[in-house]
Amino acid sequence: MRSVRTGKNRKKSGRTTSKMPRIKPEEVREIAGLTRLGLVEAEIERMTHELDGILGYIETVRNLDTAEVEPMTHAVPFDCPMRPDEVGQSLTVDEALQNAPRRRDGYFEVPRIVPGTGEA
Amino acid sequence: MAGAPHVEGASIAALATGVAAKTWKARDLVEAYLDRIARLDKKLGCYLLVDGDGARKAADAVDRKIAASETVGPLAGVPIGLKDIFVTRGIETTAGSKILKGFIPPYESTVSARLSAAGAISLGKLNMDEFAMGSSNENSAYHPVHNPWDLERVPGGSSGGSAAAVAASLCAGSLGTDTGGSIRQPASLCGVVGIKPTYGRVSRYGVIAFASSLDHPGPFGRTVEDAAALLEVIAGHDPCDATSIPQGPGRYREASKAGLAGMRVGVPKEYFQTGMDAEVEAAVRAALDELARAGATLVPVSLPHTQYAIATYYLICTAEASSNLARYDGIRYGYRTAEAASLEELYVKTRGEGFGSEPKRRIVLGTYVLRAGYYEAYYGKALRARRLIADDFRAAFSQCDVLVTPTSPTAAFKLGERSADPLQMYLADIYTVAPPLAGVPALSQCCGFTRSGLPIGLQTIGPALGEEAILRVAGAYEARTDWHKRLPQDP
Repeated sequence: MRSVRTGKNRKKSGRTTSKMPRIKPEEVREIAGLTRLGLVEAEIERMTHELDGILGYIETVRNLDTAEVEPMTHAVPFDCPMRPDEVGQSLTVDEALQNAPRRRDGYFEVPRIVPGTGEA
Repeated sequence: MAGAPHVEGASIAALATGVAAKTWKARDLVEAYLDRIARLDKKLGCYLLVDGDGARKAADAVDRKIAASETVGPLAGVPIGLKDIFVTRGIETTAGSKILKGFIPPYESTVSARLSAAGAISLGKLNMDEFAMGSSNENSAYHPVHNPWDLERVPGGSSGGSAAAVAASLCAGSLGTDTGGSIRQPASLCGVVGIKPTYGRVSRYGVIAFASSLDHPGPFGRTVEDAAALLEVIAGHDPCDATSIPQGPGRYREASKAGLAGMRVGVPKEYFQTGMDAEVEAAVRAALDELARAGATLVPVSLPHTQYAIATYYLICTAEASSNLARYDGIRYGYRTAEAASLEELYVKTRGEGFGSEPKRRIVLGTYVLRAGYYEAYYGKALRARRLIADDFRAAFSQCDVLVTPTSPTAAFKLGERSADPLQMYLADIYTVAPPLAGVPALSQCCGFTRSGLPIGLQTIGPALGEEAILRVAGAYEARTDWHKRLPQDP
């Protein structure tokens, strides 16, 4: 670790960046679409710039030799715990729906997804 | 009856003893804290919701039990606060986000239920960075928190409200969550004790998810014993959390008073390289000398992959966050956009309007690093680096019982000072991100003040399941110093 207070180490960590994919506005726009974030153009522009800096810093770890290392997905090894398949207590329909911004007839209400006639 | 209790600076231990001995009533304690909140929190911003009625009711129930000589729990009558990431049945829970505004959970988190069962009384929900993403509490969608030691400075984050409320005596203790330092860093910046336990030691059931393999609930207290007392109640296996470990809680209060005779304290050289503020370094080195005088043996050790920890952490936490935050869609709970002609538009407008800029940034980054073509180069790489970082700790703990380091490279910074540059904010997490990656327990406590009067934090890190070891060292240090007795002036 070098300086944590200034931007100095960004240049150092960015030394291999020419080879590496760095983020472009088109990619941010595409991901914003995939993640349904509704980013406006100004946000896309700002975020592209910020993520480019962050990805530049992240290059440090991409240069680490991990060929012989197993991925670690959790801090403690655990097997998927099993329990008896018994009916327990769960939420009532009313409880499950109580936070729904819109509900109707015991269901969550969403805009029509299948075109058709009748009540929208 | 000794009249109104003086709660400023009071420890959980003293308050619980006073209630049990009928020196004062739980109701008196609750009123004293509610009065402080009403007078002071406008300037501090610690609480997102104060549940005065609920607290009074719970206090009266404790007082009735004590009057009837019924058995009460170890925290009977102790007023606490909960980070707004713990779901509380019937009480609005937002995770500091507009997208959960108005969400009234139909169930209770395991840890808040355990605190209630032990007699603790929740005063309300504490402010935080949105979805626990931040190191300054400036990412709260509601309002910032001001550091009680200097109102122009941040309290740290993401559990900024939890740390500041304890420092300012707006509750006797609190709960927070730590994913990359979100308990320890605000504890450091506010001069209180915060513990991030071993991963799986404390249940995540009912804790709104940010990065599930890294999220650790844990306590804040004014003293090491107070934090230990809270941990003793919240720790232990929970069948509702598949990652909860089977071990029962340890004897943490006892450990906090056991002394450190014969313990080996590792000093990782990578945590003392340049970048640390000179006053922070001087205070931490003086603390190490104090530990040596107390009987510890200092052992130089190395954690060679430290330089990769921040990049590894931000790759993993954003990947997990992008998945966890996909559930907020405006249909089942929380915020929903006013008008949408199609389901697609409903999602886009709800999420665009409901999330603040830090969650959006992390969702985009996390989705990017998980994409086909980049997955192995980014996320896969981070999972392998994570093992190397965890192996560093394992190797170090073959030579020592605990590690002692600074918690944060600087004391509290000014509001607005770092908010324009997310990368600079991330880089300041250098000393706190590795323990959650490894899943090992760590604690922050006060080890001095800067010349301008800001607290400095000392971090003690233990091996997995080594909570007692870090509490022994932290308790011994506290017993030999007076830093924890200093209180900020009321604002």
